[in-house]
Amino acid sequence: MSNQGVNKGRRNLLIGATSAVGAVGVIGAAVPFVRSWAPSAKAQSAGAPVEQEYSKLEVGQQITVEWRGKPVWIIRRDQKMLGSISNSEEKVADPNSEADQQPAYCKNEFRSIEPEIFVAVGLCTHLGCSPTLYAEAGSLENDWLGGFYCPCHGSKFDLAGRVYAGVPANANLEVPPYTIDTASKVIVVGEDGGA
Amino acid sequence: MFKSFMSWLDARFPATKVWNEHLAEYYAPKNFNFWYFFGSLALLVLVNQLLTGIWLTMFYSPSEPFASVEYIMRDVDMGWIIRYLHSTGASAFFVVVYLHMFRGIIYGSYKKPRELVWIFGMIIFVLLMAEAFMGYLLPWGQMSFWGAQVIINLFGTIPVIGPDLVEWIRGDFTLSLASLNRFFALHVVAVPLALVAMVFLHIVALHKVGSNNPDGVEIKEKKDENGIPLDGIPFHPYYTVKDIVGVVVFLMIFLSIVFFAPDFGGYFLERPNFEPANPLKTPPHIAPVWYFTPFYTMLRAVPDPFGGFVVMALAIVILFLLPWLDRQKVKSIRYRGTSFKVLLFFFVVSFIILGVLGVIAVTPTTALLGQICTAYYFFFFIALWFLPKFEKTKPVPERVTDK
Repeated sequence: MSNQGVNKGRRNLLIGATSAVGAVGVIGAAVPFVRSWAPSAKAQSAGAPVEQEYSKLEVGQQITVEWRGKPVWIIRRDQKMLGSISNSEEKVADPNSEADQQPAYCKNEFRSIEPEIFVAVGLCTHLGCSPTLYAEAGSLENDWLGGFYCPCHGSKFDLAGRVYAGVPANANLEVPPYTIDTASKVIVVGEDGGA
Repeated sequence: MFKSFMSWLDARFPATKVWNEHLAEYYAPKNFNFWYFFGSLALLVLVNQLLTGIWLTMFYSPSEPFASVEYIMRDVDMGWIIRYLHSTGASAFFVVVYLHMFRGIIYGSYKKPRELVWIFGMIIFVLLMAEAFMGYLLPWGQMSFWGAQVIINLFGTIPVIGPDLVEWIRGDFTLSLASLNRFFALHVVAVPLALVAMVFLHIVALHKVGSNNPDGVEIKEKKDENGIPLDGIPFHPYYTVKDIVGVVVFLMIFLSIVFFAPDFGGYFLERPNFEPANPLKTPPHIAPVWYFTPFYTMLRAVPDPFGGFVVMALAIVILFLLPWLDRQKVKSIRYRGTSFKVLLFFFVVSFIILGVLGVIAVTPTTALLGQICTAYYFFFFIALWFLPKFEKTKPVPERVTDK
């Protein structure tokens, strides 16, 4: 083998080509490591819809069901509570639910299929704490209309889960996809369909 | 006998060479003071965390996390002491590392030619935060769960990719045992490996340039006829012996906490964490462990969640840039102007206020105070850049001043 006359251009080309192929190989090899972090088949099957019967739910009462590991609230609202929602129009940041935080069939004033029954994911849209229900007017502070208060960072929501302006959270509470059967009084959380 | 063994070994492995270069003939400035204990103490705490951590993995089980921690505390013979050494060690780690970093700031130890020493140190600090955060999830108590929930959801505030990224980090639609299991793997294997590697690089880089000192003068510029710095003394035995004194005092304080106040009044181990994680019920007041609170207050200081996340991240990033932001050639606080001392004093005050605010509930007053202190945190670094224009420094001596 001769040490004379090294063809530098060819050498650089070979180094470049080898590095490029090597880089593609590294990316390919990284795929299983990255993909393995996605929710597993087991986690996905645990995310199946859940059924809840609500006939015994009283006015102002809240029950929590677990769907995909998240707390989902079901709350019965009477005319007074629905009235407070209309009154909070001016205090909330997104009164018409423009942000995509609910299925299309819940994009209405009360953010529900049946105004009487409110279904929402009970996690604050700021950083995922679980807000507390203060249904009665004046129960949190003097001019409180009734709603939810997040103990972590002080975010406030009205009884339709609409976020108040000027609090850490900047989106309304998420309404999950659900169906409601008013005859048998059963809600299926996680199943799209509306009424 | 020993001599012939050493010559056999040295012909095959640089044992004597490494010993001399890094200990017996590694010359450190002779004027190290109190502030120079914390580097070696950080190493001691690292060894404590590795050792107790390995032992804890022998009994901990990520499939029944809360129960297995209780098992360690109640049923494993002397398991409680191993766990308390580990949990108290985490807080001790941050105490010594914060003091170690403060030493760097007052004596300008990050300045040329020690920029890389600082950068490696900052990487260690970031790894340490990741390690502490993931470790805190493992007991699977209420605070473990909700603290991690808040921190992981920070990534969800990133526009466009946020929600998918969070799901990928958790490996589930909510924080679950799937998330805990990967945190466990990272906490006991990946991050410690990276930490040990970075500590090695931190020391290699330090020994290449040599230690700074409280006078901020380069001892390598004045050498005797044998090429030994006039103001240098061999690290071993002088500083190994000095550090042993530091170790004894440190252990007295550390072990007092381990034995008599392992939860440290709810600051090292928070009370809600003695309740198993419940995804359906948030504790009334969520506060991170004390060493994260200054950064947590910065997060809360910005009303917009993503903005808060960015500010918090920048607070760390700006520390990386410190060697280039501080343009003053004079290193040590001893010869720097009053303007620097005032600036630094209020930096320390605001950092402590940020820390205190992070553990208490937000009111309009504390929110404003948090915003002021956050602003000052960043102002400090910007001011350092402009300071040399106004600062009246004192003349720096040729040699170290301590006898």
